[in-house]
Amino acid sequence: MKLALGPVLYYWSAERLLAFYEEAAAAPVDIVYLGETVCSRRHSLRPPDWLALGERLAAAGKEVVLSTQALVESESDLKALRRLVSNGRFLVEANDMAAVKCLAGRGPFVAGTHLNVYNPATLAVLAELGAVRFVAPVEMSQAALAALQAERPAGVATEAWLYGRLPLAFSARCFTARHYNLQKDDCRFRCLDHPEGLSLFTLEGEPFLTLNGVQTLSAQVLNLLPVLDELRALRVDVVRVSPQARHTGRVLEVFRSVLDGTMDLRAALAVLEPLMPGAPCDGYWRGGAGMGWRGQARP
Amino acid sequence: MELVCPAGTLPALKAAVDHGADWVYIGFRDETNARNFAGLNFDAAAARQGIAYAHARGARVLVAINTYPQTQSWRRWTDAVDRAADVGADAVILADLGLLRYAATAHPRLALHLSVQGSATSYEAIELYRELFGIRRAVLPRVLSLAQVEQVVARTSVEIEVFGFGGLCVMVEGRCVLSSFVTGESPNTAGACSPARSVRWEPRGEGVDTRVGPVLVNRFAPGEKAGYPTLCKGRYRVAGQAYYAFEEPVSLNTLALLPKLAAMGVAAIKLEGRQRSPAYVEQITRVWRAAIDACRRDPAAYAVRREWAQALANVSEGQQCTLGAYHRPWK
Repeated sequence: MKLALGPVLYYWSAERLLAFYEEAAAAPVDIVYLGETVCSRRHSLRPPDWLALGERLAAAGKEVVLSTQALVESESDLKALRRLVSNGRFLVEANDMAAVKCLAGRGPFVAGTHLNVYNPATLAVLAELGAVRFVAPVEMSQAALAALQAERPAGVATEAWLYGRLPLAFSARCFTARHYNLQKDDCRFRCLDHPEGLSLFTLEGEPFLTLNGVQTLSAQVLNLLPVLDELRALRVDVVRVSPQARHTGRVLEVFRSVLDGTMDLRAALAVLEPLMPGAPCDGYWRGGAGMGWRGQARP
Repeated sequence: MELVCPAGTLPALKAAVDHGADWVYIGFRDETNARNFAGLNFDAAAARQGIAYAHARGARVLVAINTYPQTQSWRRWTDAVDRAADVGADAVILADLGLLRYAATAHPRLALHLSVQGSATSYEAIELYRELFGIRRAVLPRVLSLAQVEQVVARTSVEIEVFGFGGLCVMVEGRCVLSSFVTGESPNTAGACSPARSVRWEPRGEGVDTRVGPVLVNRFAPGEKAGYPTLCKGRYRVAGQAYYAFEEPVSLNTLALLPKLAAMGVAAIKLEGRQRSPAYVEQITRVWRAAIDACRRDPAAYAVRREWAQALANVSEGQQCTLGAYHRPWK
C-alpha cells in the first residue's frame, strides 16, 4: 500500500509552501500531489514553480502528480488547465470533467476525488479515456467501496482518503471574502491569514465546518488509521493524507510506521491525537453521517 | 427560449402544462432522482398518464434520474432509465457517466440531457459528454456569471439550460456532501439534502431552534419566521460573529435577465420546485410564460412587470430574491 500526500487545499505563502515540500521530499511518502485545486486567485507559486518543485520531489524519489482546479469557471481557468495537462512530464489528476476532456486519449491520468466515481460503469468510461487510478469520493462507505472494488476494471488502481479535513463542498461564492465583507474579485487574499482555514461553529459553540475560500471543509479530521486493515483487505492501492498546516511530516511518519508494521495501532493513535487540528471522524466509512466517530475496526 | 417547469405530482404536472410549460420534469418515487421526498414523485402509471396529458397539449416530459448509482444498487438506476423510455418520456436528465453510457447504449433514441448534478461548468466538460454520449442539452450549475454563461453557449453545440427561479443552491450541484456529512444522505447518493427525517424543530422559550441531525442550524427569536433548516442557509458563528455564513434564505430570480439570456442563445429556462404544491407550480409557470412571451415579442421593450415580481416574491424563500452568481457582486 502506497502513501500519498494530497494537494495543499489552503492558501499558503510561497515560503511556507516551499518549506512544506522541502520537508515532504524527505518524508516517508510515495506520491506527492502538487498544485492549486481550490481557487484561481491563489498563486503563491506559478506553474513553472510547481514544475520545478515537481522535479525536486521526483529527484527525491517521489511519484509526482499535478492536480487540476476542481471548479472551472472562466476561460483563464481553462487556459491554466490546458497548461497543466500538456506539461509533458508529470501525471495529472483531473478534478473536473473539463480536465478529463483535455486529458482523454493523451495518456494516463488520475481520476480525482471530485469526479463522483460511485460505480464500475463510470470507472470503466474513465479507464477507456486513460484513467489509471481513481480517488474514491469522500462519502464512500466501506460496503460501497467493497462492491466497487469487486468489479473494478483491469489496470485501474484505487486511492482512498485516510487522513485530513474533508472537502465537503465548492461554491461560486468565496465564504472567506464574505466573512470580511469583501467581494470575491477583491478578496485581498484574506485566505493567507488563515493557513488552517477559518473555523465555523454552531450557535451552541460546536465546531462544525472550516471555511477555505470557495471550498468548505469539515471541522473534524478524517482518521481511518484504525481501519487500515479493512482498506488493505479491499485492495486499496494508495491511501491519501491531506496536508494540514501543522505536523503533517510527523503524521506521515506515524502512518508509514503503521504501514511498515513497526508501530502498533494504539501507540500510533496516541501519537496522532495531539497532532490533529480537530476531533476525529470516520462516519462515512461506516455508511453513516461523515462527522461520526467510532474509531475501531469491525469486530 | 423554452420554459422547463417542475412537477412532483400529477396535479402539479397538469398545472404546469395548462399554464404554458414547454417541458415538465418529473422523477420516479425513489432515490434515483435528486428530489426524493416522501409523498412526492411518480410511479410508471402516473408518469404514463402525465406524459399523455402533456403530449395531447403540445408539451414534453423529462424524467430526472440524476443521482449517482452505487455499485450494489446499480440495477435500480438502469431500471429507472428503462422505465422512462418505456413510459414514453421525451428525454432523461442524467448525471452519472456510467448511467449515461447505459442509456445511450440501451435506448439510442432516447434524448439525453446532462443534469445540473453533473457539475459541468465549462464548454470543455459539456463537450466531453456530447462526444461520449451525444447529449442534446446541459443544465448549468448556478455558479457562473452572465459573461461566463455566454462563453459556454458560444463554444458548444449542446443546448444550454439555466436556472431561472427557485431555491438557490449556494454550493455547486454534484460537488456538495454537507448533507451526508451530517445525516448520511446527500443529493449525490440519496437524492436528499438536509432530509426531512433528520430535521427537528425545538421550541425554546418563545422561540424555536432548528436542527439537522445533531447540528443546530438556526435559532429563531420569538415571532421570527422559522424556515426549513438547510445546512448551507443556517446561522453560524465565525470569529465571534454570528451570521448567515453561506447565504440567507433567499430564492434565485433571474426574471430581469431574460433579454440578455435570450440574446446570448440560452435554449431554456428551468424553474426549481418539484417539492412544491400545484398552486406554486401554476403561479410560477404563469409568470414565466408571460415574461418569456413578452421578451420574445419585443426584447428591447421588455421590463419586469410589478405583478410578476410580486407573484414570485410571494412564493420565494424568506420572500427575498437574488440574481445569484449571474450577478458578480453576489460572489
